Amino acid sequence: MNQALPTLTLKDFATDQEVRWCPGCGDYAILKTIQKVMPELNRPKENQVFVSGIGCSSRFPYYMNTFGFHTIHGRAPAIATGVKLANPELDVWVITGDGDGFSIGGNHMMHAIRRNVNLQILLFNNEIYGLTKGQYSPTSQVGTQSPSSPSGSVDAPLSPCLVSLGSGGTFIARSIDTEAKHLSGIVKRGSEHDGTAFIEILQNCPIYNDGVFSQVKDKKLAPEFRVEVHHGEPITFGQENEKGIMLDRQSLSLQVVQCAGNESEILIHDEQNKVQAQLLAEMKGPNFPIAVGVLYKEEKSSFVTDVYKKIDVPKSEPSAFQELLESGNTWEVK
Amino acid sequence: MQAVKEKDNHLNVNEKETHDVVVRFAGDSGDGMQLTGTNFTQATALYGNDLSTFPDFPAEIRAPVGATFGVSAFQIYFGADDVTTSGDDVDVLVAMNPAALVTNLGKLVKGGLVIVDKGAFTQKNLTKAKYEINPLEDNSLDGFRVLSIDIHKQVLTAVEPYGLSHKDALRCKNMWTLGLVMWLFDRDRSATIESLNKKFAAKPQVADANIAALNAGHAYGETAELPAGIHVYKVPKAKVPPGMYRNITGTQALAYGLIAGSELAEIDLLFASYPITPASNLLHELSSKKGFRVKTFQAEDEIAAVCSAMGASFAGSLGVTSSAGPGIALKAEGISLAVASELPLVIVNTQRGGPSTGLPTKTEQSDFNMALFGRHGDTPIPVVAASTATDCFDVAIEAVRLAIRYMTPVMILSDGYLANASEPWKIPNFDSLKSFKVNHYDEPKDFKPSIRDKNTNARVWAKPGTPGMEHRIGGIEKSFETGDISYDPANHQKMTELRKEKVAQIAHDIPLQEVCFGESEGKLAVLGWGSTYGAIHQAVKRAVADGMQVSHIHVRYLSPMPSNLCEILSKFDSVLVPEMNTGQFIKMIRSEFLIDAQGLNKIAGQPFKIGEILAAIVEKYQDL
Repeated sequence: MNQALPTLTLKDFATDQEVRWCPGCGDYAILKTIQKVMPELNRPKENQVFVSGIGCSSRFPYYMNTFGFHTIHGRAPAIATGVKLANPELDVWVITGDGDGFSIGGNHMMHAIRRNVNLQILLFNNEIYGLTKGQYSPTSQVGTQSPSSPSGSVDAPLSPCLVSLGSGGTFIARSIDTEAKHLSGIVKRGSEHDGTAFIEILQNCPIYNDGVFSQVKDKKLAPEFRVEVHHGEPITFGQENEKGIMLDRQSLSLQVVQCAGNESEILIHDEQNKVQAQLLAEMKGPNFPIAVGVLYKEEKSSFVTDVYKKIDVPKSEPSAFQELLESGNTWEVK
Repeated sequence: MQAVKEKDNHLNVNEKETHDVVVRFAGDSGDGMQLTGTNFTQATALYGNDLSTFPDFPAEIRAPVGATFGVSAFQIYFGADDVTTSGDDVDVLVAMNPAALVTNLGKLVKGGLVIVDKGAFTQKNLTKAKYEINPLEDNSLDGFRVLSIDIHKQVLTAVEPYGLSHKDALRCKNMWTLGLVMWLFDRDRSATIESLNKKFAAKPQVADANIAALNAGHAYGETAELPAGIHVYKVPKAKVPPGMYRNITGTQALAYGLIAGSELAEIDLLFASYPITPASNLLHELSSKKGFRVKTFQAEDEIAAVCSAMGASFAGSLGVTSSAGPGIALKAEGISLAVASELPLVIVNTQRGGPSTGLPTKTEQSDFNMALFGRHGDTPIPVVAASTATDCFDVAIEAVRLAIRYMTPVMILSDGYLANASEPWKIPNFDSLKSFKVNHYDEPKDFKPSIRDKNTNARVWAKPGTPGMEHRIGGIEKSFETGDISYDPANHQKMTELRKEKVAQIAHDIPLQEVCFGESEGKLAVLGWGSTYGAIHQAVKRAVADGMQVSHIHVRYLSPMPSNLCEILSKFDSVLVPEMNTGQFIKMIRSEFLIDAQGLNKIAGQPFKIGEILAAIVEKYQDL
């Protein structure tokens, strides 16, 4: 039975700290959405813990009136794992960015996901290093011009959702900074997931990478370049919802087709289908729309739950420690 | 000048009794020398001798059979008096093959006894050990007493009734040899028999075969016609304080100390670590301790280990992490965050030979500088060093106490020698240990994370899950007043000084330094820290016995140092600082106290010998 919790509002989750992101930053919208969604989760406020690394997005905890730990570059998933291991009652959120989470902290990200640690990981992906003034990041497109790549970057980017999938992720979703309703829906579902909920949020950096997601964010262009996936529903998009995604069974690849005449061929989204999730996560322009929504979800026992099962033995009496000290072969000197 | 007595061979041919003995078991990695040594140690402890042991094993997990780099050894020093090292020169060397003989013969005292398995001295093994001529057949062992037995043959005969394969039968060689050495020193075999029955509970015929081999080795000693001087030697029991004793390694003592600390603080521990030699055993030891206030987490790397430990501390548990030098280097950024965010954290550094991979299985004290200074920014932390295997217990408790009381990371310095060495331990009574219960802050009125304890300057510890305690901390400089982010210049100065003072004042919360052996003033102080304790103690004891005015001072608290250390040292004409590094602690002594201390530095991956320190004392003494 749930204990009655006090009714809270967005204001209860805001701090008195002056928000220091650049005007127009996508982070503002995300902050507002998270502050708004928190009361709706109906969890004790004192059990909410936000852990972040380093970067623009990692300032996030300072603006949440919850427990917060702004740590070191890339290490938030490791620190969050420790928080959750120490007290499984806590709801632990990781706030990270593309550089923090997938460059310097790629290792911790991979291992948190493969262990299925009970965390909500919000990845603010703006495909650029913002706080260090605009260098290309591991998600920047090839050819990104930046202070450290004046003639265009040559590194191939990685896809956070694909890496998560490859790491054995059990909840992989994608949303957009300014789509408050969509984002809050995804966050709510993620918070209900037992295990790692990995949520990539496409976030605009108006200073160093402005408009990188304009096709999926712009009201006019988005219908052509973005597809919202819902479990059990056909995957369709377009101004008139006239286009759909179809699986070519010969090549095991996706195709964009007109819905008319192909109704029975349009792919139905199945969150539990890992192969399909990979195909959807891979879709990108100009030939494909970017998929947003819960791409993959799998029921699997979670790390902290399993750890506690292993150590679920009766707590030793104080006298047990004396017995431990006296264990093994002892002898008495008289 | 006074002559220093060269160490004599302890096994005098004509004596039936000897005061103390050093025995070294050496063989191939697969010969079970560690198990042999452990069982002999057990029997020796039960016999009532004081003792100290040191396993010396190769870095290779399974080196090719017969290779010199695959030799594994176990040394035990036991006697009737206080024994604090595993001994300098070996009186009895057991060499199970030519490689073990060639790599260990140099340690054997002149006239010492060497027991060899003739059956292993095949042409193939001799070649692997680079012997051109069989040393058992030329005169190269003339200076020693040699007991050459075909142990292969003896064992095969002894275990024949048990139907083991040839290979498995030969694996009982070590027990046969143990039986013989037990006969030599009049040890009781019952504890070994009991442990063999336990170890091979699922394979009774293997247990029986090993026991038969053990008994056969013993019977061989009793019945065979042995050369003169090879007879049963009695080693009188040591005079030790009454009480319940057990044998314990430094690693076990450290693990028990951490658990004791958590019980005394009434707080859960998260021990987060990443495998690294020689620190991994601490993770193994704690992983098997269910039911106590300790959880273990094998992290994906060293950084994740320190970070998850810190996360646990933020959540209200005590995070503990552990590694050796290279891993501690990786943790440095995390430790600095614990300093900045003022969270308790215990870091165990089991030092090994460096730099880089260096000598992973060997011992060194070369991380002193890293422990004190190896971080970015002004980041002082308390550093405590264990001096003996049993001291690890007390040092671990003290580290937990300081971390919690001062909301700071604390580093424990141990080393490869302490981690693996074992000695008898008078088991403490847990009820007699002083509790230091943690009270997490939970008063919502006017709460801010920057509230400090007036006595200790420690920041409040408010844990998630407590209503009204919501707060943010992190690596950015915080306002002294509010705990919020602050870039104010004057505030940074104040906070940096506060962090320094918070650690410095711990000098008033630790015991005053004492002279641990010798007079409180005199000509020469031998100043040590860490695992050099045993060797310094014996060397100083011998020097004092020879009439020299020498004292031993051993420091546990390296940062901050005891407030009276300078005063104590100033009562001596000269100070000698033996260290297993090129001189790191000595720089602190010279720079902090302006004392013209002299160093004695051994960087060989091996502990100091008593004789080496004694020789340095004598040399120094001549100049005084």
